Amino acid sequence: MHSTEIIGWFAHVGLVDRPTVGGKGGSLGEMTRAGIPVPPGFVVRTAAFERFLRALEAEDAIRPKVESLAEHELEKITALSQQVRARLEIAPLPDDVNAEILAAYAELCSSAPHSPLAVRSSATTEDAADASFAGLQDTYLWVKGAEAAVRYVRSCWASLYSVPSIAYRRRHALPEEGVAMAVVVQQMVDARSAGVMFTRSPLTGDRSVITIEGAWGLGSAVVSGEVTPDRFVVAKITGEISVREISDKHIQHVPATEGGVNQVETPEDLRRASCLNDEEICALRDIARRVERHYGRPQDIEWAINRSGEILLLQSRPETVWSSKERAPVAKPAEDPLQHVMKIFGGRR
Amino acid sequence: MSSADKLKGFPLPSSLKVLPGTEGAQAGYPYYTQFSKEDDKQFWFYNSMHFPEPMCVFDMITAEAAYCALGAANTRVHCLPTTLGIDSRIINGRVYIGGNAVTDPAEIERRTKEFQQRAFYYYANWERLFSNWKSKMMGLIREAQAFPKPELPEFEPLENVRAGRGIASNHYLLDIYQKTLEGYFRMWHHHFEFLLLGYGAYLTFFDFCKKAFPEISDQTVARMVAGLEAEIFRPDDELRRLAKCAIELGVDDQFKDGRSPDEIIQSLKHLGQPGLQWLKELEVSRDPWFNINVGDGFYHYHRSWNDDLSMPFAALPGYIANAKKGERLERQTAKLMEDRKKLIAEYRELLETDEERTAYDQMIELAHRVFPYVEGHKFYCEHWYTNLFFNKIREFGALLAKYGFFPEADDAFQLSHYELESAIIDLMTAWSNGSAPRGPSRWPAIVRERKEALAVWAKHDTPPALGPVPDIIDDPAIVMLWGITRENLDKWLSAGAQPNSNEIKGVAASNGVVEGVARVVKSAEEINRLRHGDILVCQVTNPSWAPVFQKIAAAVSDIGGSMSHAAIVAREYGLPAVVGTGTATQKIKDGQRIRVDGGRGVVTVLG
Repeated sequence: MHSTEIIGWFAHVGLVDRPTVGGKGGSLGEMTRAGIPVPPGFVVRTAAFERFLRALEAEDAIRPKVESLAEHELEKITALSQQVRARLEIAPLPDDVNAEILAAYAELCSSAPHSPLAVRSSATTEDAADASFAGLQDTYLWVKGAEAAVRYVRSCWASLYSVPSIAYRRRHALPEEGVAMAVVVQQMVDARSAGVMFTRSPLTGDRSVITIEGAWGLGSAVVSGEVTPDRFVVAKITGEISVREISDKHIQHVPATEGGVNQVETPEDLRRASCLNDEEICALRDIARRVERHYGRPQDIEWAINRSGEILLLQSRPETVWSSKERAPVAKPAEDPLQHVMKIFGGRR
Repeated sequence: MSSADKLKGFPLPSSLKVLPGTEGAQAGYPYYTQFSKEDDKQFWFYNSMHFPEPMCVFDMITAEAAYCALGAANTRVHCLPTTLGIDSRIINGRVYIGGNAVTDPAEIERRTKEFQQRAFYYYANWERLFSNWKSKMMGLIREAQAFPKPELPEFEPLENVRAGRGIASNHYLLDIYQKTLEGYFRMWHHHFEFLLLGYGAYLTFFDFCKKAFPEISDQTVARMVAGLEAEIFRPDDELRRLAKCAIELGVDDQFKDGRSPDEIIQSLKHLGQPGLQWLKELEVSRDPWFNINVGDGFYHYHRSWNDDLSMPFAALPGYIANAKKGERLERQTAKLMEDRKKLIAEYRELLETDEERTAYDQMIELAHRVFPYVEGHKFYCEHWYTNLFFNKIREFGALLAKYGFFPEADDAFQLSHYELESAIIDLMTAWSNGSAPRGPSRWPAIVRERKEALAVWAKHDTPPALGPVPDIIDDPAIVMLWGITRENLDKWLSAGAQPNSNEIKGVAASNGVVEGVARVVKSAEEINRLRHGDILVCQVTNPSWAPVFQKIAAAVSDIGGSMSHAAIVAREYGLPAVVGTGTATQKIKDGQRIRVDGGRGVVTVLG
């Protein structure tokens, strides 16, 4: 494994590299280096995108054209979007960029030549900016073969110029210079169960619990909200499982043989069965605690369990909803510690 | 009653009728414990935590003495700002209680000033006062032990005459009786000297944890506070020690299921030195640790281990078998203590600011300071002293039975403490006059009537609460001691409205999920029906039940919070437990299969 200006292997990058590998890439690298299980992969750094874009700009301007548009000019935005995306998807890549991506692909898949991959956009602005912007970036699952991998890298780049993305940047009057996209290419987990977890309660903000949500199959069904996940609440310190809500998981996302993802009906006997056993809940808690400790703040984590029962993390980002809330202290120290008992004896609690 | 009425509140006291045919027995309770029309205005709940079975008329003294002392401590001694004492009534043998809240803000303020001078002094000087308390309690116990057995000789002993005592033996019946009652009332004052303050300090920490960690389980907070050396664990510890002794002395094969304590003791005596050595160890444990009764100290028939060795002996085969399997018998207090320390530190770390951490430190320090009392007092009060008390009354019963007042010594408990005093004076007079006492023609019929009424009442369920539901329950005594909150009452009300639901909710007391056969145990005498792997379903458990936890798979109780005895012991044995369900013993039938989810506090009847 050799990282370059174009390619950054997970083992070589971290959060500090975010300007060149994006939020997702930086977090996957950070976790890999912290010894947290993550499916192996690399990041096509922003430099690759920049080189490609520079080559395209040399033929016909892109960024100045975007900047010349106003938020409400939807027709013009749509026309420009179509034009730029077509160029990004078809125009030849700079030779070295193309060669480096193919070489990294070959190395990643050297042990299993046709192993499926996930190609995920990793925007440099993703985590810092509004979460809704993060949602605009694309992810491609169960990608097979070198050619498809490169094609979807381009698709990720192109997603920067989707109508909503352009409209978003125009609405906030963001400069186009520096708008760049890194792309994560990693081995895909054939998930038996997958979902998300929070290292504090999304309901109460309680930092002493971990809330786990999961369903059968790939995590995309949970993230997209197409299935009501099972929900578990486990105490961070003691491991007590205080909530087990098993839902009717009518559908699941599974890999399609030709690549991509299919939505299928869940077999009858699994629909109302728990997608996690207690041991797995316990193991997820251990990993969540490690991740939170590593980052030093509450995290929002995507996880998957593969067919052999191994847990792998696909993403971890700082929890933002509760962490940004102003909260009055639960209690302040009292000059006379005995005054605390007045909360109980003093009436009207 | 329509379901709409049910949603509004519970039946009024005046709508609750004395069961037909038991009116005479009901009239035996003192006038001040009878419901009156005025009582309809107030909210009452059935104190099934302390009085799960119908109370015979003498045993009502445990309610009388306790509420007398609790009220004095709250109202007059520590001056709790928002609450006075607890009123109590009895109907169909069931004790209903209601709190007297203080609601006028000016009065609360006035009482707050008093409270801070009084209660705060106790907190600040807790260790010293508590150590005095133990001496006072031991003094009281020694006093009670020294009361002579009530006896009437035919002729006054010659030495009394020659000593010029001048007072005849009949006088000492009254003297001992009155001192016995007086000591019992005094004991209850000691009992409540610290109790509410202790619970309050614990609840202060509990409240903080619930705010800082809204989803923390009650049992986790309890584990942070619970001590491990409290006297109340000792009886069970002693059994483990005796099990180990039996193995070391090579006499363990004498302890088999089905052998009575007498048989075992006789055969040990025949085994020579090792057997005698074990019996010596038994005596060491018995004084004082077998002064624990199989109830919570509120019924005369909940005998102590010392009075009836079958409970402790029944546990020995199990402990011996466990020890032979290589399980360590001693409670690993050092490790448990280390776990507690770690738990406290790890939760502390989760707090967001140093300010909160300092407040947390202050509150847990106070909770730890008070908790030895909260955990430890029961052994001295409800067990040791109470056993002495009831046994002394039993001696009077034996004397009266000898003179034909009623057939058996225990029939004395069918008389109120006033009536018993009158019977004693009757006997004193008859003895002095050389005439026949009047009691034998009066009491046997009354005793019979009351015993029959108790049997009728026991078969009859009683409403969990009576009267209008208060908007909020802000009485720290009610919340702390009985775990009664507005939310709980709503649960009880809705449980009544949906009788078909097969789920029973309670307090999640000890984690884990287990399915098994329910054994509904309504009184301590039924404990021996429990088989290995059964799920214990009961109204309330108490410390002397600890040995049964080695054979059950889970525990469910009607009454109790996360710090109740069942909860503490279940956690220690790693068994799932749901407590404070309100209705489990009514809704679950003996022999039904049930699932206990101790982490969620839910019991499901499977059929």
